[in-house]
Amino acid sequence: MRARLRRGSQGADQGPDVDLTPYPPPQVVPELDASPNGIGRRRFLGYVLAAPTLVVAARLVADDAAPQTAAAAIPSLPGLSDLYDLGDLQDLAASATSSLISITVNRDGTAAFALPRAEVGQGITTSIGMIIADEMDLPLSDVIVTLADARPELLFNQFTGGSNTTRSLYQAVRVAAATARARLMTAAGANWGLPVSSLTAKNGVITSSTGATATYGSLATPAAATQASSLSVQLKPTSAFTLIGTPQNRTDALASVTGTKVFTMDLEVPNALPTMVCRPPTINGTVESVANLAAVKSMPGITDVMPISTGVAVRGATFGQCIDAVDALSVTWGPGSEDKQSDATVLAELKNAEVPLLAPPLSLLATTIESEFTFYFRSNSPLETNCAIADVRPDRAEIWSSLKVPILAQENIAQKLGLPTDKVTVHVMLGGGSFGRHLFSDAALEAAEISQKIGKPVKLMWHRTDDFRHGRTHPMATNRVRASFVAGNVLSFEQRHTSVSTDFTHGFGEILSSTLAELPLGNLGYAETIFELTQNVPYNFGVTSQLLDEVDMGFHTGSMRNIYSPDVGTAQELMVDQIAKGMSMDPYTFRRQFLKDARSQAVLDKAAQVGNWGRTMAPGTAQGIAFHAEYKGVCAALVEIDCTPATVNRTVANAATGPRVTKAVFVVDVGLPINPRGLEAQMMGGIMDGIAQALTSSLHFENGLPLEGSWDNYFYTRQWNVPPDVEIIVMPPTTGQPGGAGEFGVAASMAAVACAYTRATGTMPTSFPINHNGPLGFTPTPVIPPLPESPTDGLSNAF
Amino acid sequence: MPTQTFKVNGQTVSVDVEDDVRLLWVLRDLLGIHGPKYGCGLEVCRACTSHINGRAFNPCSVPVSDIQPTDEITTIEGLPATVGKPMHPMQEAWLSFDVAQCGYCQPGQIMAAVALVKEVEAEGRTITDADLDTIRNICRCGTYPRIRQAIVAGEQGM
Repeated sequence: MRARLRRGSQGADQGPDVDLTPYPPPQVVPELDASPNGIGRRRFLGYVLAAPTLVVAARLVADDAAPQTAAAAIPSLPGLSDLYDLGDLQDLAASATSSLISITVNRDGTAAFALPRAEVGQGITTSIGMIIADEMDLPLSDVIVTLADARPELLFNQFTGGSNTTRSLYQAVRVAAATARARLMTAAGANWGLPVSSLTAKNGVITSSTGATATYGSLATPAAATQASSLSVQLKPTSAFTLIGTPQNRTDALASVTGTKVFTMDLEVPNALPTMVCRPPTINGTVESVANLAAVKSMPGITDVMPISTGVAVRGATFGQCIDAVDALSVTWGPGSEDKQSDATVLAELKNAEVPLLAPPLSLLATTIESEFTFYFRSNSPLETNCAIADVRPDRAEIWSSLKVPILAQENIAQKLGLPTDKVTVHVMLGGGSFGRHLFSDAALEAAEISQKIGKPVKLMWHRTDDFRHGRTHPMATNRVRASFVAGNVLSFEQRHTSVSTDFTHGFGEILSSTLAELPLGNLGYAETIFELTQNVPYNFGVTSQLLDEVDMGFHTGSMRNIYSPDVGTAQELMVDQIAKGMSMDPYTFRRQFLKDARSQAVLDKAAQVGNWGRTMAPGTAQGIAFHAEYKGVCAALVEIDCTPATVNRTVANAATGPRVTKAVFVVDVGLPINPRGLEAQMMGGIMDGIAQALTSSLHFENGLPLEGSWDNYFYTRQWNVPPDVEIIVMPPTTGQPGGAGEFGVAASMAAVACAYTRATGTMPTSFPINHNGPLGFTPTPVIPPLPESPTDGLSNAF
Repeated sequence: MPTQTFKVNGQTVSVDVEDDVRLLWVLRDLLGIHGPKYGCGLEVCRACTSHINGRAFNPCSVPVSDIQPTDEITTIEGLPATVGKPMHPMQEAWLSFDVAQCGYCQPGQIMAAVALVKEVEAEGRTITDADLDTIRNICRCGTYPRIRQAIVAGEQGM
């Protein structure tokens, strides 16, 4: 399959004179109440549902702030994603079903909300809890946010991706909470024979003008309804927020630091014994025969050995015994899907598929520069490997796993097992990270298949080595950029992104199918639509165009803390520095002049100011600065990198050292930060990902399988790579609407590191991570047997 | 099947399991102690970091038969008891800096941090950036800077 996308904007007909007036002063923070289309003091309909205690519900309405513009240089028309982005599409899809989002008030005064999203570390159980607590006037500790089981009736509103949770649920959750509060006030007023206007609520207690008090808990039953009804409610004005916008610690922090947080593999399901799978030597290889099935089944602790569609499953008393059994299996393997593919062959296919650039490469009138960048495969493996518990019976099944699209998992599992969908219960577990991995239900499907085939419950866990080699990977891609400029103006900026296709079968497909007709971009395919809705050129660069071309290959792909932006953004920002250099301009000054609006300029300015941009740096070290806009937010990163031999040549055993980012300043404006402390945490993770993707972390595919098999092979950022100095600045509210956070920090960070590296070394890197084509930094473990044996000398390394 | 006897979090336990099964699986799969996490089974990610007689080690890489009856194993669940408080100062520091994101690596991070501080203390000095750079525990969420802050703060409480 080849998918192509064109996105362009024609520069307005304007003379070459550049407007050099100072950039506009910082914008006045719009009060939520005053924002156009804002939710302000409009009234909303909430619903009271029939239940023993108070249960309220609300419908979501998509809201959007108007885009801002600022004059500079030759304006480019706004890119589509500036006006309408992927999150808007998700908001639209979610609005149809969100009336089913409900809050229950319990007799103990707590409010419970089963969040139809996956918590994988991004902090949404805390931030959604804050929104409820604020609107209800409850202490945060009295709001209990759990994760909802798969609920097919929610359709598209049970999808966790695209940094969209807060954006898509913010208003609905507030309306539901306000409905609960109003209903409780009404019940209290009726109880006392007093008008609601004479009552106040604080910390879960309603107080009358005469001093009488009633707790929410005492009103939970009187406020309940015997039949459903609707209620018109107003939301708090911004000025009355007590929690939203204040830094709060995570509500699950205590469980995390005491080891009591329950992840899938910590759950005790009766008779669900440890289970692992012996996997093929190339991806998607299949089992032809097993020579020693009975012998392996008689190994200590082993209860079952069963060939399945992805390999040979073993079940036993401990995972350790499963590892031994997996390695003892003698399997004849059939070919996989990409047995002859290695990095070089994939790269050749990508180059072959690249779409031509439009602007002439040489012009007598303007300076044209062009570069091509390569981004290698990267694993989206979290620290918790793929895992799931499955208990499949002849007439029903129950599944436990961290799933971002549980409804689709439920459908797929039902189909695989030959059961009606309503006979498959899917529990969404807290995830030990995701980064794109849990958009897919690979482990849940596999566990269901094994449980059905052996007729017993299973606790399936992937081995770390399998998680890297057979797990999902961000696709390899190239990005060609051509830009032309003359007399202080950029005339054109073109990008051609050519990528191994990204698997979107996780449910975006369903969302898009349902909403494509309502989109302002015609009938594009899924990948092109997502590219269109996420990518942009945030500068006034005259004629801009960005195209996606995909090569469909048999790799296990997926997003990794964003899909295209870190790669497209890094290529873009490196070329921005090159254009600036060509115009003899400073990288910061150049960006400040060409960015499209004041909000963008404000984060750039803040980064430059806090990061002391332009300070004198020692030889071999340099600063880099980069900007990124997405998810209705803007951000800027400033980093300092040390590329001196003393640093680059540091030795740490079994590790990648190389250049070190010594300082990172990150400024983020998400419109309305709900929990600045949580937002800071997400940006911090984004910085660490950006450093890893720029400098060290990638998979090396060789003959159909990655060579990497452990964290000492796959070089994600470790403490010796961490900048000792990290400063993250959360800007005050600007738009009044919360933007996205989870994926937002990666692109600008990766770009800033690449830009700093270029300035420190004098050479612009063109493949990422920069160490990918250097000597392999580890000795790969064998592919047969597939799993490296656990060491036995751990005691000698105690400290 | 041999019987393995040792102390874990202050209690003597006996488990019937083969000698070569690594301690991590005995703790997690047979004793139901889930604080130490699996991240690799290769003594690389350090998510299972626990203490043996007060020193940090990775139970994924120790055959259970190497553990002597007199050995004291401490997992995150037993850490507060080592200081006779509801919470170890390092855990308190972790809470103060809101370190955890997904939380999966955090028990191992805290156990490694406590041992590192003790090691540095035994050398008569305090934690430096160079010491922090030696920590091998992976945090895939990337909360490393807060881990560094919390260790320095936790050291002061220890």
